[in-house]
Amino acid sequence: MTANEKFWDAEITTAKRGKIKEIQLERLKKTVNHCYKSNDFYKKRLDSAGVDPDKINSLEDIEKIPFTTKDDLRDNYPFGLFCTPQSEVVRVHASSGTTGNPTVVGYTKNDLDMWAENLARIMYDAGVRKEDVIQISHGFGLFTGGFGFLYAGEKIGSLVIPISGGVTERQLKVMKDYKSTVIACTPSYCLYMAEVAENIGIKFEDLNLKLGFLGGEPWTDSMKDEIEKRLKMKALNSYGLSEVMGPGVSCECLEQNGLHINEDYFIAEIINPDTEKVLKNGEKGELVFTSLTKEAFPVLRYRTKDISYLIDEPCACGKTFIKMAKPIGRSDDMLIIRGVNIFPSQIEEVLMKVKDLEPHYLIVIDRVNYMDKIEVWVEVSEKIFHEKIMDLEFFEKSIEDRLYSSIGIRIKVSLKEPKTIERSEGKARRVWDKRKA
Amino acid sequence: MPIKQLTVFLENKLGRLAEVARILKRENINLQGFSTTEARDYGILRIVVSDSDKAREALKKAGFTTHVADAICVGVEDRPGELLQILDTLTEQKVNIDYIYVIAGTRIVLSVPDIEKAEKILVEKGFRVCQ
Repeated sequence: MTANEKFWDAEITTAKRGKIKEIQLERLKKTVNHCYKSNDFYKKRLDSAGVDPDKINSLEDIEKIPFTTKDDLRDNYPFGLFCTPQSEVVRVHASSGTTGNPTVVGYTKNDLDMWAENLARIMYDAGVRKEDVIQISHGFGLFTGGFGFLYAGEKIGSLVIPISGGVTERQLKVMKDYKSTVIACTPSYCLYMAEVAENIGIKFEDLNLKLGFLGGEPWTDSMKDEIEKRLKMKALNSYGLSEVMGPGVSCECLEQNGLHINEDYFIAEIINPDTEKVLKNGEKGELVFTSLTKEAFPVLRYRTKDISYLIDEPCACGKTFIKMAKPIGRSDDMLIIRGVNIFPSQIEEVLMKVKDLEPHYLIVIDRVNYMDKIEVWVEVSEKIFHEKIMDLEFFEKSIEDRLYSSIGIRIKVSLKEPKTIERSEGKARRVWDKRKA
Repeated sequence: MPIKQLTVFLENKLGRLAEVARILKRENINLQGFSTTEARDYGILRIVVSDSDKAREALKKAGFTTHVADAICVGVEDRPGELLQILDTLTEQKVNIDYIYVIAGTRIVLSVPDIEKAEKILVEKGFRVCQ
């Protein structure tokens, strides 16, 4: 592989579709075999589904393979799904495990290198070079965000600042003094940084930031517009999850209309989450990933619960990898309010377009007298505060009307004092469902 | 000259008004008068204080959303019919009052769409308009 002016690895990222599929099939066979031969769980799973690892003859044969779920990972806690001897594993990462056993994933030396390669390719193709200064405001630790960008940045040869999350005033000082040009963090943290910057008198137009790789939570186009406007940089949607690898599974190119999936390392499918049927390109459903080169922790058809669809059309950037639409949410984040399905991102899309409204919100759901009640909290800043109750009521009502016309149910808007809504340095909490309390 | 009144957005929850009063006391700012208007979940507090700039700064620092608005302040006597005189004068001139309240020193604070015009009317009619 040799980088040219535009692409880290043009030979593969701009290869003909047929060539990519060829690589995928060959690697899929290898991965299924690897899982079957090295891990009891996978052996039993594949046997019981009647899958002969030596009889994977086409990419369509993937549909015979049973799905892997987060519960499978939890049931095999901690190392039960590792497919290499533990002596080959050089690293673990894990989810926080707030709702049960954490999910633990492992990496061999090759896996770590492959991870770096995946993300370096994405970043290079978006314009990151040796000369860049990358500020990583993702947490380091068991979360994959920080380390993924560290390896990738170093692989490109950029200067990496592993500042991690939090201590926002210091973040901004570092950003200014070290002249950071690229940032990796969650989108909600970007907006929090914008707020703190305003308070301490730092202007983004005076900084060097040009590009952000933002991920770790679903976010909308209107939030992207807000971030780009306030941080004066291009905000790219970066997608990854530790179960599959970490950041670097897919990311937007500078065209910003879909996230190219690193298809030589992963096969993506979209399924109907209820029937588990594979859907066609363009149809919305749950994202499912199969890893193609991983050694310590390969995954076969891992159900991500992220809702998206695949976009199989030529991209102006020149890459030939298929794209996934930015995830609109997770299937378990979907709210059912009086029988209507709503994703928090739909509400966000509306709120972010309201002039002068602070980009922080919390959706609060409750059941009163057997009726679901949904309201969204937003904060009253000086920009929207006028001295009359009427003006505030009119403001509430105008947002309620916009929510209604876009989502189809009445959502009460509730005005709160500034800073009522918790600011996030990592993944933002957008929903407070009191029905579950 | 209109007076400056400070408007504060308050959520309808325990202790918020007390917090405002506490900040004013700490800053040694005299609260000359106030009124509240309530919606369901929040309210607006209007205050007239000895130093509105200082009060606003302190409240902002404590995280309150504030707004400064002009209002007319008229001194009255503590006797029957005083309010009516003002109201009759403004009504005759077709000036509608948005809100009105009393502050210490027997003064009435009121707001109308066109403050300058209403103030002129009141001064011409001999009312004691305070600054």
